[in-house]
Amino acid sequence: MNDKLKETLLRPIFIGNPITTLILGICSALAVTVQLKGAFVMGLSVIVVTAFSNFIVSCLRNSIPNRVRIIVQLVVVSLMVILVDQFLKAFAYSIEKQLSVYIGLIITNCIVMGRIEAFGLGNKPIPSFLDGLANGAGYAMILIIIAFFRELLGSGTLFGFQVIPQCLYDLGYMNNGLVILPPMALILLGCIVWVQRSIQKDLQEK
Amino acid sequence: MNTNGNIYTVIYTTLVVVLVAAVLATVSQVLAPRQDANVKAETISQMLAAAKFYEKSELDAMGNDKVLEAYRSAVKEAFLIKADGTLDRNLDIESCEIVGTGALKAQNKFIKNGESDKVSIPVIILDKDGERVIVAACYGAGLWGPIWGYIAVNEDKTIRGVYFDHESETPGLGAKIKDEPSFRAEFEGKSVIYSEDAPAFSIVKGGAPAGVDNAVDAITGATMTCNGLNAAIQTWLDAYEPYLNAIQPKGRLIGDLLENLEAPADSLCCNAADSLATAK
Repeated sequence: MNDKLKETLLRPIFIGNPITTLILGICSALAVTVQLKGAFVMGLSVIVVTAFSNFIVSCLRNSIPNRVRIIVQLVVVSLMVILVDQFLKAFAYSIEKQLSVYIGLIITNCIVMGRIEAFGLGNKPIPSFLDGLANGAGYAMILIIIAFFRELLGSGTLFGFQVIPQCLYDLGYMNNGLVILPPMALILLGCIVWVQRSIQKDLQEK
Repeated sequence: MNTNGNIYTVIYTTLVVVLVAAVLATVSQVLAPRQDANVKAETISQMLAAAKFYEKSELDAMGNDKVLEAYRSAVKEAFLIKADGTLDRNLDIESCEIVGTGALKAQNKFIKNGESDKVSIPVIILDKDGERVIVAACYGAGLWGPIWGYIAVNEDKTIRGVYFDHESETPGLGAKIKDEPSFRAEFEGKSVIYSEDAPAFSIVKGGAPAGVDNAVDAITGATMTCNGLNAAIQTWLDAYEPYLNAIQPKGRLIGDLLENLEAPADSLCCNAADSLATAK
């Protein structure tokens, strides 16, 4: 694998992470991170949608009329999102119900359109596919980190399994109700951004 | 090639849209049977959850086949009734025939328009330790889309439990009709009371007056959704009125008492006489 592809694949995971660096896709990061299971499926859905819509748009990039390119991109993204939704309805119905409107809202997730505009329209299909994959993965990673803390501190479980032992509850430990609510997700996200910027000094505003 | 010409643009977009439509139609056709099975199990688990036979989360963890099995073992009778409360036709229990939201929507129109000859609404009777639990449906409009639900009442028209669902109410506000267990719990132990001058049941903004048995508090921040739910419950309970009023809980006590002849003879007579009086 050459260096450029490696850069395409690795950069969005940490240095150019869509959520923490580009601050895109915050809405769903707050909404679907109460439990790891939901965050995991949402992350997977976004990976599929960004990768394939980036790939398809990249294949079409030389034929798309410039004046209607946003509409064509939207049609492609919508196609992918509806396909993902249909498959979830058939094979993971309870999760689909839990994620409900947020699956549909992937269409408006800035990461998808942002990557198509910034990468898919100007690059060959394979790098575009990898770029979509990597950006989706960067998004999924942040979702899973936030969901890990929210589910652990808010419900005492991970992936639905009890991890905080009953004896702690007997001693007076209580689940933190605030962590369940969206504001705490924003605070957690802020902490992640803080950690990243203290490592990557060049991201700090002067 | 000039990709910016008008004709090219029109042909290009048409082709893209037709292609995308074809793909979506095919996938939707292929996946439809699986999706329908999921929806059916979901509807049944909502009815069982309304009747408090199981928690909704338990049912979700069971998987479709087990949910259908649980339904078959709990259900006593399932049928459709006409506007006057008489039997229209039986629903097939073996295949777990249900009335989906599409059919409820059509019925909602008939009830509201007063087309009583077309009304045919579902009644599911579940068996809880020999007592009948009657599950009635309701359907209406929320703020953003349809809302529907199931109300489980005991023979004496006290509410055993409810379960509501919605298509697209706001998460954290209107969606609480489904997600907030304490809202559902408010209904439990209340009653459906039919009278000339007041609705059978109400959801009251600002709090249900103390001592009123057929009202619950609305949800803060979800006024529109609660208004819709209120209207849905009232419309549908009115449609169920002839049937629910015809249920005579004490009527079947006689049979039970006759079976338990070891009970003291004098109390038996009294109760039987009382029961007969109420039955009339």
